[in-house]
Amino acid sequence: MSQAMNPGLEPTPSVTVDLDFERPLAQLERQISHLESSLAQARRSDDESSGREDDFAMEIRKLRESHTTMLRKIYENLSGANTVKVARHPARPQTVDYLRHIVKDFCELHGDRTFGDDPAIICGFGRIGSHKCMLIGHQKGRDTRERIHCNFGMAHPEGYRKALRAMKLAEKYRLPVVCLIDTPGAFPGIGAEERGQAQAIAVNIMEMARLRTPILAVIIGEGGSGGALGIGVADRTAMLQYAWYSVISPEACSSILWKTAEQTEKAAEALKLTARDNLKLGTIDGILEEPLGGAHRNPLVIYDRVEKWATQHLREIKRFKIENLIRRRQERLGKLGRYADV
Amino acid sequence: MLYRKSVENNLSVCPECDHHFRIDADERTRQLCDPGSFEPLWEDLKPVDPLEFVDLKPYARRLVDERNKSGHSDAVVCGKGFIKGRGVVLCCMNHRFMMGSMGSVVGEKIARAIDLALETDRPLVIVSCSGGARMQESALSLMQMAKTSAALARLDDAGGLFISILTDPTTGGVTASFAMLGDVILAEPKALIGFAGPRVIANTVRQALPEGFQTSEHLLSKGFVDRVVHRRDLRSEISRLIDYADK
Repeated sequence: MSQAMNPGLEPTPSVTVDLDFERPLAQLERQISHLESSLAQARRSDDESSGREDDFAMEIRKLRESHTTMLRKIYENLSGANTVKVARHPARPQTVDYLRHIVKDFCELHGDRTFGDDPAIICGFGRIGSHKCMLIGHQKGRDTRERIHCNFGMAHPEGYRKALRAMKLAEKYRLPVVCLIDTPGAFPGIGAEERGQAQAIAVNIMEMARLRTPILAVIIGEGGSGGALGIGVADRTAMLQYAWYSVISPEACSSILWKTAEQTEKAAEALKLTARDNLKLGTIDGILEEPLGGAHRNPLVIYDRVEKWATQHLREIKRFKIENLIRRRQERLGKLGRYADV
Repeated sequence: MLYRKSVENNLSVCPECDHHFRIDADERTRQLCDPGSFEPLWEDLKPVDPLEFVDLKPYARRLVDERNKSGHSDAVVCGKGFIKGRGVVLCCMNHRFMMGSMGSVVGEKIARAIDLALETDRPLVIVSCSGGARMQESALSLMQMAKTSAALARLDDAGGLFISILTDPTTGGVTASFAMLGDVILAEPKALIGFAGPRVIANTVRQALPEGFQTSEHLLSKGFVDRVVHRRDLRSEISRLIDYADK
């Protein structure tokens, strides 16, 4: 972990706030940054009395406190729709950021050996702590060029087939697989259909259910349906506090069930897609708490938590005999669902 | 002029143009199995409303309405039967119930059917007819894809035979799980088969879809279906495959 790690760090007010429900914070943030520049100016000019600097510093501290209080209030009971907005925040840490911060000596592997190399899924060898692993994760891209290159994290069949190839390698060398999930969904396009999007995902799900090596999954942002599950069958699954995980995106759900694109908020509530909801439904095993205001406000905290979770669970599941691990994995999947037996 | 009777007497296939009309699970088991041999199982499993889901209509209300409409309490009928004298475990999805969507009950019944095929060493036949995973059970529906596929992994490990039959429509989470995992995959002519629905794709790519896109014949040409089979030939095709697999 990086030396700069400081879990006690106060959230830095972001000046690039663009989430509508955070709008009440914007004015405070403007005031803080204005005072900060005044303070810097005061420090630069030697002839000013230090009294003014103290005033500025005090005022900034007060404003920061009310910022934190307000932020806490907003995030205390984040709605489903607002959770989706945080999960999609442009500054939210993505797979490559986790690879950079918690994986040592990452060695990327490219291509599905059949059609091509899909940049929407990244695979490769790497070390987390002392554990050699196979890392697999969706990649969305940060700026416009990257986003287009990665197709906004919406993988094609060759992405899922590359992931399966990586998993099979991991199985061969008994390396645990660690998956980072962050996709709005598998890509719904002509080429994707013609190359067997459904078949690629189906095969991955079946093969992950019997892969003879431990699998961990962390939903770091968007857990969009089959596109998420295609690299998401695991022995243990964790979800970041403000990630979402559901059978369909709220937008698509709104247009199908409400027959309009206008009911996305209602759909997001109805789908029970937050980490807390998923934990209740038993579809995940644990929640990794995010820094106040979301992972993007203090990424180092979330890198640390993901790393600690991964190393702890890798240590535990690597102890299982592989037959027992697979039996438990399949039994766990077998128990999922709610029905009445009358 | 087309008479309902003449279509019904022809397995619900148009005698003139061979259009395969959708048929429900009861009709499907009747058509596929030797007369009187089908024995439904796990009919006591009933859907619940774990999310208290409400869209234009509450899910709880929808479940009652769909039951009244279809005569079934969920979207799949599973059981044991005989096809040309060969014992099989058969699952037939029912489009009359919420467009055959897969929630917890569908997933559980199909997983039990797969395990029964494994225990009794019978071939497994699943006739898919579904719009995909059921939105009203959200992540629980998604997990049924994993549950059914994990059961199929066990069946495959044990050397079992799974014949997957795709009918109009087979899309979404059903295609992206058990429907595409058959040892042999058959499809009825001109069925819509895909991952995403055609409207979603057209909206995404903003262009007209190619002629015949996502039909059985298209999937056959792209290598994702073994055979396109007329409804009247399904029984003989299934029994022939069972014999080749020595099951």
